[in-house]
Amino acid sequence: MGLLDRMETVVKAKMNKIMEKVEDPRETLDYSYEKQLELLQNVKRGVAEVTTSKKRLELQKAKLQENIDRMASQAREAVNAGRDDLAKMAIERKVVLTAQADSLDKQIADLNAEQQKLTAAENRLAIKVESFRAKKETIKAQYSAAEAQTKISESVTGISEEMADVGLAMQRAEDKTEQMKARSAALDELLESGVLEDYSGGDQIEGELAKAKTSSDVDAELARLKQEAKK
Amino acid sequence: MIIRIMGEGQYDVDERVVEELNVIDNRIVDHVSKNEEVGFKADLGRLISTVKINGKQVDAKEITKSDIIIPPKDLTLEEAKGIFKGDGLIKD
Repeated sequence: MGLLDRMETVVKAKMNKIMEKVEDPRETLDYSYEKQLELLQNVKRGVAEVTTSKKRLELQKAKLQENIDRMASQAREAVNAGRDDLAKMAIERKVVLTAQADSLDKQIADLNAEQQKLTAAENRLAIKVESFRAKKETIKAQYSAAEAQTKISESVTGISEEMADVGLAMQRAEDKTEQMKARSAALDELLESGVLEDYSGGDQIEGELAKAKTSSDVDAELARLKQEAKK
Repeated sequence: MIIRIMGEGQYDVDERVVEELNVIDNRIVDHVSKNEEVGFKADLGRLISTVKINGKQVDAKEITKSDIIIPPKDLTLEEAKGIFKGDGLIKD
């Protein structure tokens, strides 16, 4: 069984949940329409949620940037005062903070992509829901019970598939937002406690490698600042 | 035939393309079983672009069911494994 068949099974299972059986098929139309409006509201809320999370990360980024700038100017002052030891400490912190800022940039870009995806999903769904509303009135007004049955089943199946699709997009966006919220809360704590060094969280080898890279970065930066101070 | 690309809408595609899609789909199954992230990503991208190149986007106003459903382009290998295990990608 291929991925495509599996995907169909997954979506169908979701669709069956959406299309609960109602006694009178005409009622199915109204019931489905209600569900669609509900989902549309949820997607709107989802978009708002992602936007809020993104703003939060952007604020954090700004805070980090302030810290980075402060460390940079402290390092420069220390070099001017002939205190290489202090300069080195400031640069070390700056390098760590910069890595955090880069990682935040990536997360912000990720959330931005989620925001765009959800907005597109919302727009597509809104068009379909409007189209469904018009169709449902036509079906109710023009078709006999037997004919209506087929038409209803076609439209409800079609729209349920769209709803399953949107539902999945929402769920994935939520998962991403949750993960980022957790990471962002951890970063907040560390920013306050000032022990950012431990934030990388990777395995030991990765940690050692990062340290080695940091230390060579620090030396290079110190050399650069001293060169500047001589001018 | 109508093909849905999850997250992107539906495409009207000639039936002849299905054969090509099946070949790519089989490769994807292989990538997932061998845990090949790069190959998986590449072939998922190929699956999606094959539909787009050979199909015409269905008007958003149309309400119709799909014959084939293609996962979203940012599906991860882990998520694909979940689908194969039957863990389901969509929560109830």
